[in-house]
Amino acid sequence: MTVSLAEQRAQAVAQRDAEARNGRTQVLVGAATCGQAAGALGTMAAFEAAQANRGLALTVRKAGCFGPCYLEPLVLVRKPGAPAVLYGNVRQHAVHGIVERWIQGDDPCADLAVGVLDEAFGGAAGARLDGIPPLSAHPMLGGPRLVLRNCGLIDPADFGHYLARDGYVGFERALRLAPQDVIDAVRVAGLRGRGGAGFPTATKWQICRDQPPGPRYLICNADEGDPGAFMNRSLIEGDPHALLEGMLIAGYALGVAQGLIYIRAEYPLAVRRLKAAIEQLREAGLLGPRIQGSDFSFELQIREGAGAFVCGEETALIASIEGERGMPRPKPPFPAVAGLWGRPTIINNVETLATVPLVLRVGGEAYAAFGSERSKGTKTFALAGKVKHTGLIEVPLGTSLRRIVFDVGGGILDDRAVKAVQTGGPSGGCVPASLLDTPVDYEALVSAGTIMGSGGLIVMDEDSCMVDVAQFFLSFTEKESCGKCPPCRVGTKQMLTILERITAGQGRLDDLERLEAIAVTVQTGSLCGLGQSAPSPVLTTLRYFRDEYLAHIVEHRCPAGVCPALVTYEVNDLCNGCSLCARMCPVDAITGERGKPYVIDDKACIRCGACADACNYDAIVVH
Amino acid sequence: MDGDGIEHILVRFPQHDRGFLIPILQEVQEHYGFLDPERVDEVAAFTGASASEVFGVASFYAQFRFTRPGRHQVKVCLGTACHVRGGTRILVLLQRQLKIKDGETTPGGAFSLERVACFGCCALAPVVVVDKDVHGRITSTKARNLLRRYGGS
Repeated sequence: MTVSLAEQRAQAVAQRDAEARNGRTQVLVGAATCGQAAGALGTMAAFEAAQANRGLALTVRKAGCFGPCYLEPLVLVRKPGAPAVLYGNVRQHAVHGIVERWIQGDDPCADLAVGVLDEAFGGAAGARLDGIPPLSAHPMLGGPRLVLRNCGLIDPADFGHYLARDGYVGFERALRLAPQDVIDAVRVAGLRGRGGAGFPTATKWQICRDQPPGPRYLICNADEGDPGAFMNRSLIEGDPHALLEGMLIAGYALGVAQGLIYIRAEYPLAVRRLKAAIEQLREAGLLGPRIQGSDFSFELQIREGAGAFVCGEETALIASIEGERGMPRPKPPFPAVAGLWGRPTIINNVETLATVPLVLRVGGEAYAAFGSERSKGTKTFALAGKVKHTGLIEVPLGTSLRRIVFDVGGGILDDRAVKAVQTGGPSGGCVPASLLDTPVDYEALVSAGTIMGSGGLIVMDEDSCMVDVAQFFLSFTEKESCGKCPPCRVGTKQMLTILERITAGQGRLDDLERLEAIAVTVQTGSLCGLGQSAPSPVLTTLRYFRDEYLAHIVEHRCPAGVCPALVTYEVNDLCNGCSLCARMCPVDAITGERGKPYVIDDKACIRCGACADACNYDAIVVH
Repeated sequence: MDGDGIEHILVRFPQHDRGFLIPILQEVQEHYGFLDPERVDEVAAFTGASASEVFGVASFYAQFRFTRPGRHQVKVCLGTACHVRGGTRILVLLQRQLKIKDGETTPGGAFSLERVACFGCCALAPVVVVDKDVHGRITSTKARNLLRRYGGS
């Protein structure tokens, strides 16, 4: 006997309210993979130890990531009778202070606080604490939070937490509509694929919907293979039910009875969260035959990717699920017509699907009010590289790259100059500082030579060598090329060889034309997106940073001081002979006498930079 | 655990269904640490593919190994953010410290070293993962001390 969704939600709300009144302080530790990398599990253990040793009434739980990863570990403390406060950089030793001063005392630890949970985050209206700004005043948390609305605020392992925040309301609405009306709502919302290409989601769904009856499939592509992208990981780890609700709605709209989630095996925590969430769905009567008394039956399976970037491409992903080598197939037929096992198949990105519940809940028009003319809604970005605020952000489409880097991202580390912003990973390109006013909008980014991509956004400063960056991406695509199309298999290899020659200082002037010529062949002669876009990082850097290529070729110089063959490390007269560099050098290339300047043996030096990292006196210089 | 059969894994999957080939291989590797030829033969017989087909599929994917890994697996992230924040230096340091290249295992079998395209912890770059522990904001000094925690020198 299944209890109705509305009843389950009412119970979840009642339980949440009871917890808020039970007199216990609730501690939510951001323990997504990023939080754990920053030491969140130690933080959690410290809270638990404080609870045991001091007999405190604490409830300590894990949450997902709020977004500002640079402040991790992040901890949300909800003390009875006081506004909830988010604290940053809460390493083990900081826990003691929060416990003594705030949980047991009445000093809210303004020095550690990121902000007070205000109305935008479900806090009480007008919630304020002296000396602590409201959370939505933080540059990374000021935008509309649509897709990320639950991330960091709920325990992702607790189904009730999701339900109590209007969870599965979108699905309930969908069940009351005809499937075609659901597709129409998505069309009105103007939702476009968040995996990168920006194809209108409703158009894709319509093609599948209009196929003759018979089995069909829905696949969520969670094979977030772009290096430098972690939006999907963060979303699944922080709010797995948002994705599952989106899949239920899509399944209903498309007439699909079988959904699959294809997720990277490199994301073990996200996989665990999804598996647990699927079990919760089953217990709640939201999976299986005739869900909630309707005619809609749906099943979900998880498939772990086995580590092949090309499987982010739809047809290669399908081949992988069919137990084959993940090699792409010619299109047409498009998967919406003939995909998995030859049946109509819709493949949507995690963020696309996680947006769908929202569209159903607030309505297509309300969603379309966000964003720009051609690109509606919001988009999450993984902001990383040489920027002060690294982490996961959500901004309305149409926001300029400059605003993302300097307002949301807080500017460049050490206040150096920005050189470029890379979007779209190995399939995208580098937008130079002069074009930072470009809005993040599917078409505008394409005119700048790059793509929206799935949301990786890497900021580069004057210490980044653009030829090295191009080589980095090419070495990635060369390795990941599946080998089916010779232009991609051979072309990426040849382009990489030329780039390696240039970064080694042995480039020739005609190499630049040769790179451009091979790039065109690879773009036009490859079957799938991997090959078609593999030359983009080279082409955009050639377009905007040709002078850097020329410096490597003509002057045998790497202006950024990155390419090992073109730089030397030297000790200058700031050296006070502390010997730290000599102890850090992995190849014992640094010698000297304590108290006197040390010397680097250039022949033995492997240019690893360990000495420069270690030196406290700026005494190591790179030429 | 070596030497025993893989029936306990196979019983959970339908026979002769090619769609479960990769999940089966993943479970076999999870259990035994790597795919050895005899077990590949068993998987082939179970799924109805030839051993060469199974090898063909397995060798396509970066996840599958055909040699025994070290007791501790050190994975250095070389994603874009880790690259621009010095991940390659960390790899070089660990290579020197372990005296092996990436893709290799130390002679005593204590450590194996791998490079990974991205763990998705870009905001805490550079990142090194040892077994299941994710270590962020790695510096040369931290990299040096890291292996000691796992019994390295």
